Amino acid sequence: MTSEKMLPQVVGIILDEQAQLTLAELTRACAVHAELIIELVEEGVLAPIGREPHHWRFTGAHMRRARVAVHLQRDLGVNLAGAALALQLLDEVEALRARLRAMGGE
Amino acid sequence: MEFKDYYQIMGVKRDATQDEIKRAYRQLARKYHPDVSKDADAEARFKELGEAYEVLKDPEKRAAYDQLGVNWKAGQDFRPPPDWKEGFEFSGGGFTGADTADHSDFFESLYGRGSRPGHGGRASFHAEGEDRHARVLIDLEDAYAGTTRSITLRVPEIDAQGRLSMREHRLNVTIPRGIRAGQHIRLAGQGAPGIGQGKPGDLYLEVEFRPHARYRVEERNVYLDLPVAPWEATLGATVEVPSPSGTVELKIPADSAAGRKLRLKGRGIPGNTPGDLYVVLQIALPSADTDAAKAFYGNMAEQFKSFDPRAKPEV
Repeated sequence: MTSEKMLPQVVGIILDEQAQLTLAELTRACAVHAELIIELVEEGVLAPIGREPHHWRFTGAHMRRARVAVHLQRDLGVNLAGAALALQLLDEVEALRARLRAMGGE
Repeated sequence: MEFKDYYQIMGVKRDATQDEIKRAYRQLARKYHPDVSKDADAEARFKELGEAYEVLKDPEKRAAYDQLGVNWKAGQDFRPPPDWKEGFEFSGGGFTGADTADHSDFFESLYGRGSRPGHGGRASFHAEGEDRHARVLIDLEDAYAGTTRSITLRVPEIDAQGRLSMREHRLNVTIPRGIRAGQHIRLAGQGAPGIGQGKPGDLYLEVEFRPHARYRVEERNVYLDLPVAPWEATLGATVEVPSPSGTVELKIPADSAAGRKLRLKGRGIPGNTPGDLYVVLQIALPSADTDAAKAFYGNMAEQFKSFDPRAKPEV
């Protein structure tokens, strides 16, 4: 077995709220066509900064949402509006879970 | 390798119709989808389900699977029979539509590996490699100090004969401090190799925290339940508190009620805007297990005659 120390060491960057991903980068990271990302913006699932698609900038949180929406569509056969609804409900479940945890109920 | 009972995985009978199989898949997929389910093994269950469905939804693959007979049990040691594949041709064929990189050895021994160098349809010999995604589990403490994780990826490679094989690619990844659950780390150029002059794709790591016995995490804030003695809560005290970045001194103000939240500013997950650490007080009572202790509690009852613990708090 190769020693762990011998492995190439790579450093990544965190995609946080400050991340400024372009439409092209997001499209690649989600392995989808740009049209689908544009539809997600139109559906209100993603709210990038900037007015025109080529000026749009997405955050790391947007990328996560986009990927979940893409997975739900691909794996569960739901349409875009269905994925948007599921995401909204997942957000609510997450908020409720957080409140439950804060109350020590979990 | 272990035999997999695809019917059992999907919870359907061996004579289930294609419609029943599809319904079972949809139902279980919603239940175990890793983006929906919080079960620790949801991802593994979901992959297993996808593999089972890929076989059972395809009449030819299903017929071939059924040919193995009904005597196999899940988990049994399995070797494909020598006459396997007679009359069937799966390897490199168009049957394996999904990404087979995650399929089990059992599946691969029966149906081969899909040959899918990138998304189809790219006519050029120079194509950028695909982005890849993986999940890593770290401890909360790692988010405070940063850490290194050794990651193993299976990279598809095409040899001179055009055959697809999987190569293991290991690398050490520095996980920067300040990472929060659900965030992605981008590792430029560490995705799938490009074709020809094409640039390699990027690798994205989605970070999750292992559940912690002591701390709860919410976004960038961290919560800790701290038991204190009744006299510490009422008279005030300075106590030592564990925190993911080491022990800190906390001043408990006098007359603190149970559930009081004390904020340690900036002691949450570090970053440009660091989170806070919230200490939630819990009052621990010494038990009255000696005569002296009993007498003491009795004395207290005398002293606090007008105290009503069930009185409505002032609003």
